[in-house]
Amino acid sequence: MMEQLELKNLYDGFRDAPTIKAYAKLIEEDAKKLQSPINIMEVCGGHTHTIMKYGLLQLLPKNIKFIHGPGCPVCIIPKERIDHAYILSMQEDVILVTLGDMIKVPGSKGSLQDARSRGADVRFVYSPFDCLKIARQNPTKKIIFFAIGFETTTPMSAALLESVIKEGIYNIFFHINHVRVPEVMRELIKSRDVHVDSYNNKIDAFLGPSHVSVISGSKIYEEFPRDYNRPVVVSGFEPVDVMQAISMSVKQFVEGRCSLETQYKRVVTYDGNLKAQELIDTYFEQRELFKWRGLGNIPKSGLKLKPEFEAYDAEVIYKDVLPLGEIEDHKLCICGDILRGMANPPECTLFGTACKPSSPIGSCMVSSEGACAAYYKYGNLIK
Amino acid sequence: MNKTISLACGNGGEENNELISQVFYKAFKNNILDKSEDAAIIHNGELAFSTDSFTVSPLFFAGGDIGKLAVCGTCNDLAMMGAKPKYLTCSVIIEEGFETRELEKIVRSMKKELGINGAIVVSGDTKVVPKGSVDKIFINTTGIGEVLKKGISSNNITKDDIIIVNRDIGCHGAAIFVAREGIEMSSSLRSDCESLFPQVKALLDANIKITAMRDATRGGVSAVLNEWAKQSNICVEVEEESIPISDEVKGICEMLGFEATALANEGTFVLAVNHDDAERAVEILKTFESCKSAAIIANVTDAYPKKVVLKSSWGTSRFLDTPSGELLPRIC
Repeated sequence: MMEQLELKNLYDGFRDAPTIKAYAKLIEEDAKKLQSPINIMEVCGGHTHTIMKYGLLQLLPKNIKFIHGPGCPVCIIPKERIDHAYILSMQEDVILVTLGDMIKVPGSKGSLQDARSRGADVRFVYSPFDCLKIARQNPTKKIIFFAIGFETTTPMSAALLESVIKEGIYNIFFHINHVRVPEVMRELIKSRDVHVDSYNNKIDAFLGPSHVSVISGSKIYEEFPRDYNRPVVVSGFEPVDVMQAISMSVKQFVEGRCSLETQYKRVVTYDGNLKAQELIDTYFEQRELFKWRGLGNIPKSGLKLKPEFEAYDAEVIYKDVLPLGEIEDHKLCICGDILRGMANPPECTLFGTACKPSSPIGSCMVSSEGACAAYYKYGNLIK
Repeated sequence: MNKTISLACGNGGEENNELISQVFYKAFKNNILDKSEDAAIIHNGELAFSTDSFTVSPLFFAGGDIGKLAVCGTCNDLAMMGAKPKYLTCSVIIEEGFETRELEKIVRSMKKELGINGAIVVSGDTKVVPKGSVDKIFINTTGIGEVLKKGISSNNITKDDIIIVNRDIGCHGAAIFVAREGIEMSSSLRSDCESLFPQVKALLDANIKITAMRDATRGGVSAVLNEWAKQSNICVEVEEESIPISDEVKGICEMLGFEATALANEGTFVLAVNHDDAERAVEILKTFESCKSAAIIANVTDAYPKKVVLKSSWGTSRFLDTPSGELLPRIC
């Protein structure tokens, strides 16, 4: 009989102290051979979280720096979109459903948490499929799923829509805010060439989020070593994974290579999950522009429902009440620079004073995956 | 302070502290309240006095129910001050339409738990409110206990103390989260809900030099350690590896992105005892069925006053902060 797989099998060994220390030593040895310092951007907030939670920066030599990227699905949602969610939640007979800490992010009218305390029915779910149950239990209500996330969560929204159509469910609607990783990586490289980068921290290499590649494959990063001369290592999220991925990046520089490599081989393939990709292509298409908080409009970086599914599209159905105007971010907040990797959280004057996890001003402080929240929570003041 | 009260204000963490200090402490300020202990010490240090209200969903969960919780909660607060729980009051607010049978079940578990503590209910109150005014049933208990050992206080911890936890942490928070509507998961997790007086009595009977005790309810072990660091102006240095956490709780935390140290407990307490007695205290705790994993988890130093430092087994360290915000599962 097959032995039962326990959850701990998934992380045991990947937090092993001797292994982590061995990688730290290996990286230190290799880093001595580097001709100039390197800046690695971890695109994903999950990696930022791992790096801060396990104190990995403390194990790295001085000539290897991390630039924290924009890959936190909650952090990048602009105020305009949060206002949409807020307004939708206040409509008659609406139950607004979203994922996790999205409910904490303030828009210009407040957060969804505030909407809830003002009488709106706002719920968070762990799986988008929980919407089906909510819809069945509340046949007279309209369930609006405020969908967020990168390639990791997009297939679930598509699968939910597929079920809604197949089962003929009449009371579930979608407000789509799904975004894509390669488009923003490209934007970060390009915008850096245009901006005067006062921090002098150009991105030399990327750590690619492995869960995105579980869906989309590692192929989505092929262009970066090929066209932009930036190595990419697709990495898992445990401390051993990240240390190994750093080591692989450093080795590329030492050996004068520039390629796409996968550290997270236990799950990631070149092609990814083709069924999930097909599901996304069936229901979604690229938006011309999508505004990212702090980064502005990025071409083709967001998804929306295809026109044939507009009967399920809350943006279409409620277009009369959803404003289209742009909203300025807080003047002192530097989330934009942080999301671009041009500043570190402690460089913000609001960090830890006016802006805290309990009263966030910028989006990077809101989600536990945001760079500011990770710095605030884990301190990392100890060297 | 925010203009409206959010759910985060009741989380036992940062927002909760802000609400209490800026609204209640400000209005009710006095020397006894300012000590900010689990139970107030009154009447020349002879009596401990505490109150707690209970709202939990679901009402019945693996390892307990709201009735057991209502007695354990208040009695544990008294026990944490080295007091024997004696007299309780019991107030209930019931939603119209609530089933009598369920109420009887709740009261039966209250009675059983009172027996374990050797306490009695001497006064009570019942209110029934229209449907929708409360969620099924809310219970308040208030208790008086007789102080068996004077001087236990969260304000007196020093470098001579060692920090111990009585059992594996986070079971209640994890069990309740899994049982909550909307989270479709099944597990063998049981709440740690338990009366702590028998454990406290065993420690006192053995003359263990206890400096402070606190049950790690909302906000979990990290809230207790942070409160102590501030109240006693010390640095608590925790060895992460030494914190006992069951595989089930670890698994839930992995899946949902929680930290076990921030999860609520109802039968878990943290002790600061003189280092001479630390090993002996752990041995005594281990004689209890639920405390097989009792362990020393931290030292007290002056490295970073008012801060809790978490040390990993690979030589890095970070601050362990007071939990903040509503407990929400991660997105991806």
